[in-house]
Amino acid sequence: MKLSFPFSAIVGQDEMKLALLIAAIDARIGGVMVFGDRGTGKSTAVRALAGLLPPIPVVDGCRYNCAPGGSATCPAPEAHRPGKVTMPVPFVDLPLGATEDRVVGALDLERALGHGEKAFEPGLLARANRGFLYIDEVNLLEDHIVDLLLDVAASGENVVEREGLSVRHAARFVLVGSGNPEEGELRPQLLDRFGLSVEVRTPQDLAQRIEILKRCDAFEREPERFVDGWHKAERKTLKKIARGREALPSVTVPDAVLSLASQLCIAVGADGLRGELTLMRSSRALAALEGDDVVGPKHLARVAPMALRHRLRRNVLDETGSTVRIERAVAELLAA
Amino acid sequence: MSEAGALDDAYLAVRLLAIDPVGLGGIILRGRGEARDAVLDVLRASMPEGSPERRLPTHIDDERLLGGLDLTATLATGRTVSRAGVLVEADGGLVVVPMAERMADGIASRITAVLDNGAVEGAAAQFALVLLDDGIEADERPPVGLAERLAFHVKLLEGRAYEPTPLGDPTFPTEVAPPSESVLSALVGTAEALGIESARAPIFALRAARASAMLAGRETIIEDDVIIAARLVLGPRATRFPQAAPEEQPAEEPPPPPPETEGAGEEQKEPGPMEDVVLEAVLASLPKDVLAKIASGGGRRTAVNRARGAGERRRSSQRGRPLGARAGTPGGGLRLSLIDTLRAAAPWQKLRGGGVGQVRIRRDDLRIRRFETRAEATTIFAVDASGSSAVARLAEAKGAVELLLTEAYVKRAQVALVAFRGTGAEILLAPTRSLARARRSLGDLPGGGGTPLAAGLTAAHDLAQATKARGRTPFIVVLTDGRANIAADGSMVREVAQNDAEAAARIIGQSGFASAFVDISPRPRSEGAELAALMGARYLPLPRADAAKMHAAVVAAQKG
Repeated sequence: MKLSFPFSAIVGQDEMKLALLIAAIDARIGGVMVFGDRGTGKSTAVRALAGLLPPIPVVDGCRYNCAPGGSATCPAPEAHRPGKVTMPVPFVDLPLGATEDRVVGALDLERALGHGEKAFEPGLLARANRGFLYIDEVNLLEDHIVDLLLDVAASGENVVEREGLSVRHAARFVLVGSGNPEEGELRPQLLDRFGLSVEVRTPQDLAQRIEILKRCDAFEREPERFVDGWHKAERKTLKKIARGREALPSVTVPDAVLSLASQLCIAVGADGLRGELTLMRSSRALAALEGDDVVGPKHLARVAPMALRHRLRRNVLDETGSTVRIERAVAELLAA
Repeated sequence: MSEAGALDDAYLAVRLLAIDPVGLGGIILRGRGEARDAVLDVLRASMPEGSPERRLPTHIDDERLLGGLDLTATLATGRTVSRAGVLVEADGGLVVVPMAERMADGIASRITAVLDNGAVEGAAAQFALVLLDDGIEADERPPVGLAERLAFHVKLLEGRAYEPTPLGDPTFPTEVAPPSESVLSALVGTAEALGIESARAPIFALRAARASAMLAGRETIIEDDVIIAARLVLGPRATRFPQAAPEEQPAEEPPPPPPETEGAGEEQKEPGPMEDVVLEAVLASLPKDVLAKIASGGGRRTAVNRARGAGERRRSSQRGRPLGARAGTPGGGLRLSLIDTLRAAAPWQKLRGGGVGQVRIRRDDLRIRRFETRAEATTIFAVDASGSSAVARLAEAKGAVELLLTEAYVKRAQVALVAFRGTGAEILLAPTRSLARARRSLGDLPGGGGTPLAAGLTAAHDLAQATKARGRTPFIVVLTDGRANIAADGSMVREVAQNDAEAAARIIGQSGFASAFVDISPRPRSEGAELAALMGARYLPLPRADAAKMHAAVVAAQKG
């Protein structure tokens, strides 16, 4: 296994990093969609975040990454062995063209052939439990798989009813999709179900690009030393996440901010309630991340573009980008 | 570049690859013939003794690619036998993919993930990937996601192969000093000047420069290395022509960096001479046609958009998206699905009394594979942008196309755009699902000039033919006033022009493509209706239609 590139050492890409941190604090936000060209560091950032998080304690022998003493019901408690072990935060790469079998799990062929037993072979969703599920080029993935993933990501549970199997298991993960809009877009009905969406570009600034090259080179030469050099910054980020997760339940959202969120959704014409819900959750997560107890308009303003930009009804004749429209609406509302 | 230059560069590229196979990822060798074999031989000879090489058929299945249950052995021995995948077997060596331009997206993305992780399920799988690209058409290319992760893209020209110059000293230094600031800024600056967005490109270039220094037995990266790296890695990725053409002003600097970088201090002061030299060397190495393409601004589109479309392209009763299996007997083109058959038989084994190592399969366990192929629609717009179609009408046509695009975007259909004006027709937009790109190319569509209707219809027909060859269903929508005045050969004789247009319309009619003919002239005359009849198209005279009406009419025609 390669050492992963330190999260803090990623040059620029602030919005993507922030979205990932917010999703890491509150997994219920429902995933992050990253739009951008190839080679903009999308997958590096996601991998880096998974690598940054501390190992999680799991029940020994469990293939569903059950937490020790957790309340979630495991479909295979007989495999549990006493004793606690830890594992790195799971990071699952979902390949294009993955079959439904691979994703949700299927009849365990080995046991079926070897012992004539009907047993469940967990799929990628079980592997990703309590970690990250990353899909590169989600716009090229079969629609029915994307549907299924978004469903599970939202409910946190994988329900399998097939081949005479009836299994349900916990599948809580942060779903991260990436795609390049130049190669075809995601259907709006799917896009809407991602919690946050960010747009990334390679930094246009020459000095930053040189810095990227320099850091990548340094990482390649001496990965250990490079990672060591960033250790302090990584610890800081980690602490921020841990504190944020802890503080999240106690962060309050004043009614005034809620109403501001609704007004904003109406002003930009974001359809459905998902926008408001995500706006509320992500601004709460941001407040928790920054150590604030109460959500204020400034939090709302910062998360608004990423929470709403993919929910605006497309007006093909209007060239104004979604981001600009949201920012304008935010500025107007806050000024009022 | 000359033939020899291309081959020499290919030899150089594979030698660099052999020095840092994992860092450089691999190489795409486009073009067939003996030159390619010679290059492969050099690569093999440069790799360490005894390193593995695996050939990867483009239709390989997951089990073989990544490893999994070895079904034959499992059945024979009665216990689970797993087998390493091809990618793990190739660890430390080469993976060669013939006919890489036909590789399925699914397989490409699995390989991509392995390249990124360097491992399959914890087992090391680090190798250099060699994609042999037999593509002829511009859009027959290996999957872009994979190409992005390979440092070298080499296009071999037809011609005789020859032995490469042998290497002088085969012992390489093991350590190369860290690159200097000027090397870094030359690489990044050149990438920027050539319009390369990806951050991977300069990283690959730096690795190539380092390998080049090692190949030359040096411990520092010098200008020559940077030139080689830029030529081999950055050149083929160029998407735009640097602001200042080097022939006119060789000393001109590439576009100055944005002013906000001032804080960066010293490194800033000279987008140094090395950068100029490097850039010039890269430009000199690019073939003429590539230069012309990127100079005309088409480079970005062409480079990025070789996307192999997202959907299934080939239609066949035996291929497509697997739909799972159903009970049935194989034969007559139906294929047995072994796994599903075993799965069906497995629960009954105890009852049937099969011993260890035996599986009793009955006829009703047999499962056959089913595939679903979506015949996705591609709507081809042929838009008359001539002066006679009046600029206002053109705006409405554009509006209608945009409305159809939004719909296409929801339904995941594709659109293409052909415009004809002046003396010929031009494909403004190859079939795409990208709203962003379609909108951009529509916006750029100028109006004015004659009406080369024949050329427009022929271009639409050819595009429809190509679309059909990819397993999609074309639908042609012609928007014109039907008054041809430029003949197929470009001459300005109205009668000839009309005859040519009729001939082109007849060809569309004979090919049986569904089509609609939108007559946008203010006072429709008989020409439009006649052409529509020849095309077998639905005739829609819309003298006063706005974008929305035009859109509604076309949608109705498509359904009808």
